[in-house]
Amino acid sequence: MGLQPYLILAAVVFSIGLFGVLTRRNTVGILLGVELMLNAVNINLVAFSRFHGHTEGMVLTIFAICLTVAEVSLGLALVILLFRSRRTALADHIDWLKG
Amino acid sequence: MTLEVATFWVLAVVLVGSALAVVLSKNLFHSVLWLALALTGTAGVFLMLQAEFLAGVQVLHYAGGVVTVVVFAIVVTERLVGTKLSHTSRGVVRGAMVASLFLAFIGSEVMSWPLPAAPAALTGDPTKTIGTLLMTRYVLPFELLAVVLLVALLGASYFARPEE
Repeated sequence: MGLQPYLILAAVVFSIGLFGVLTRRNTVGILLGVELMLNAVNINLVAFSRFHGHTEGMVLTIFAICLTVAEVSLGLALVILLFRSRRTALADHIDWLKG
Repeated sequence: MTLEVATFWVLAVVLVGSALAVVLSKNLFHSVLWLALALTGTAGVFLMLQAEFLAGVQVLHYAGGVVTVVVFAIVVTERLVGTKLSHTSRGVVRGAMVASLFLAFIGSEVMSWPLPAAPAALTGDPTKTIGTLLMTRYVLPFELLAVVLLVALLGASYFARPEE
């Protein structure tokens, strides 16, 4: 089986994640969409590294996974902080930075 | 149809189906559980690509860790407000248009590139190579990653500290 099916699969998952980021109103829902997009990128990295025989791509995937975990934990901490101060998790309501 | 192709299709259906459920589900909790399935499906794709170590990392670190953290966050925030979090979508048509345009663009690019038709021959154990690379050429990024994780840990616990 060639590289193409893997890339198409990753593109489909990435697009679904993009759809989630664009349409979800809840900040946690948006974060889940970002997760899907990052996941699709990881599929691409591993597929390319396997098909070209460079293990460096897999090392990069480990870095990507670890950074994603850090990003999720910080993002959720921000959501909890937001909830405490504003009682909302909807991205549309977080607009008090407007000039 | 060979076993490899059949496995790929099963994984692709599971992955795409659960990803769709993540973005379309009306219940935030269900979304997170579907995300866990999608991440586990990705681990299956990694297994197909002979990246056993990454599949393990994916299941333990991602599907295990991330999903647990998100579930905790949902429970904590719902406790704080005392109501269920609303989990609706808006601009679905526009979002679907942008996403499908993006998919069409990437898809046409992927179709037009000359791509390798078969995986490269395995030279040694990939897990061993990853370990060697992490401890030799990529040791500085590896250590920096440890610092980043520590900073994220401290930052997250500072943000989510109890109110004075």
